[in-house]
Amino acid sequence: MSQKIAHPKAWLFVLPVVLLVAFNAIIPLMTVVNYSVQETFGNNLFFWEGVRWFQDVLRSERYQASLMRQLTFTGIILLIEIPLGVAIALSMPRKGPWVSVCLVLMALPLLIPWNVVGAMWNIFSLPDIGLLGRTLNGLGFDYDYTQGPLAAWFTVILMDVWHWTSLVVLLAYAGLSSIPQPYYHAAKIDGASTWAIIRYIELPKMKRVLAIAILLRFMDSFMIYTEPFVLTGGGPGNTTTFLSIDLVKVALGQFDLGPAAAMSLIYFLIILLLSWLFYTLIMRNEQQ
Amino acid sequence: MSKISLKAMKHSYLAEPGEDADWALRDIDIEWSDGGAYALLGPSGCGKTTLLNIISGLLRPTRGKVLFGDEDVTEVGPERRNIAQVFQFPVVYDTMTVYDNLAFPLRNRGFAEPDIEIRVRQTAQMLDLEERLFTKAAGLTADAKQKISLGRGLIRPDVNAILFDEPLTVIDPHLKWVLRSKLKELHRQIGSTMIYVTHDQTEALTFADQVVVMHDGTVVQSGTPIELFEAPRHTFVGHFIGSPGMNLLPCQVKNGVPYFFKNKIKTVSKSLASAKGASLQIGVRPEFIAFSEKGIPVQIVKVSDTGRYRIVETRHEDTMIKLLAMEGQEIPQGGAHIQFDPAFTRIYADGWAVGEERA
Repeated sequence: MSQKIAHPKAWLFVLPVVLLVAFNAIIPLMTVVNYSVQETFGNNLFFWEGVRWFQDVLRSERYQASLMRQLTFTGIILLIEIPLGVAIALSMPRKGPWVSVCLVLMALPLLIPWNVVGAMWNIFSLPDIGLLGRTLNGLGFDYDYTQGPLAAWFTVILMDVWHWTSLVVLLAYAGLSSIPQPYYHAAKIDGASTWAIIRYIELPKMKRVLAIAILLRFMDSFMIYTEPFVLTGGGPGNTTTFLSIDLVKVALGQFDLGPAAAMSLIYFLIILLLSWLFYTLIMRNEQQ
Repeated sequence: MSKISLKAMKHSYLAEPGEDADWALRDIDIEWSDGGAYALLGPSGCGKTTLLNIISGLLRPTRGKVLFGDEDVTEVGPERRNIAQVFQFPVVYDTMTVYDNLAFPLRNRGFAEPDIEIRVRQTAQMLDLEERLFTKAAGLTADAKQKISLGRGLIRPDVNAILFDEPLTVIDPHLKWVLRSKLKELHRQIGSTMIYVTHDQTEALTFADQVVVMHDGTVVQSGTPIELFEAPRHTFVGHFIGSPGMNLLPCQVKNGVPYFFKNKIKTVSKSLASAKGASLQIGVRPEFIAFSEKGIPVQIVKVSDTGRYRIVETRHEDTMIKLLAMEGQEIPQGGAHIQFDPAFTRIYADGWAVGEERA
């Protein structure tokens, strides 16, 4: 058994996978790397620039501002969506005919295409004809998301919460349903209060799925583009210009391919780094 | 503390139970006297756990009543029944230490911290958990986790009863033995009523003073281990308890006398007339059959040695009869004659001992 069988042609079997991964990940990524170190003036003319684009991007106030907006946005929606999602999951029925009704209702926002979500909220929030906009103005708020930065942020965040809290709910609900019945029985026999059941049974048992929920929501919200693009287009001014919107402006608006490529790589590395950090922190806790 | 009675109890998990098969429990009328050590014995799926959950209040019975003393507690929830229950698979609160796990039922009931500490330490000592009191419960082995579950059941003073639902399933055999003796010893010390559910007859017979045998959703017999052994009231008790189980032989009645093929059989069963039309069987345990000069002629088929005694398989016509031969006893070769001890031979009609049916 200890003898390894080496077959010279065995690697051929792995080749299709290697090709697939190369075409959908490695080659595109390398193109970006290629652009990020060169200047191009079209006609396939390239000039070596080294790390200049990276330096430029990192020093650019515009980039730093987009990054801050991105981090703030992601932080806020995580702080709202995770607790809200858990709370909704806890209050959903565990058995009976209402389970499927609740699950379908919860899944609905997730099924709507992202640009449709943006368009829906665009109209919904219009101060003159939208239901939300009219209502808020009727209540005496000076609400116009196309003019006020605060109103724009409020709308973008509300839209994201509406769109994505369901994902947290569904994951948390899955975690809750997998808790074996004896835990609830034992807690009843032990005289535990409802709060104690949540604190000592449900939350600890949901930990893994919540870790996944946080990770998914972090990555997705960090890459958010379509909905705010359709809703506010990054405005008013630059106030809702998140990283991805900024990137598209640089790459396709100004056609600055070098800086855009450098931006993409930095963007990618930030997501990779933060995801890795989240993951190790959560898993380290798990082992203790 | 008080006696626990179940009256005219029926339970079904279906919304609209109809025929017999829909009921998980049927016709349960049973009393558990205060301070008794009971075993609830039966195969998987016979309704033992359902019965236990009804006593603790986790389930509300479809029909019938649960009384603690004279008080009707049928509608009272588990937290107010003052019952401790230990489940088949360990339940621990992962984020808590062993100490906090044990203290949990007491803290929920508002005990003072100094009293809690005394009781936690006593319980931990009983279960050999002292060294691990301040480690997190999550990383422990299944054994240790189940000890914690047991501990949470045993820690509360003055409970009406402690219910054990096959608590030693996940425990390894050696420790199983130790813990079982410990439970028995605890029963003597604290004197609470204990009801121990198991499908293992050894466990039931060693733990309990009174064994309740369940079969197919109903109680077939309740009695001391000796009673169950010597006078099984149902063929199920006969073959479920004892190893090997009771011989069940075909029976015909002619002129009021039972026959096994052409052999007249003397039994303790009276009034065979009442059993007319039912399918009849003769039940006799291997322990109560002996070789003799005369009697039923048999062929000896196989002898297996179990150490303390030998199991002899014999055949009369097409029917196998097992009997036990003690160590040192001579076993005839080929053909022989056997006799049943009339004091321990019974006739069963449709499973129930004739003349001893349940009221």
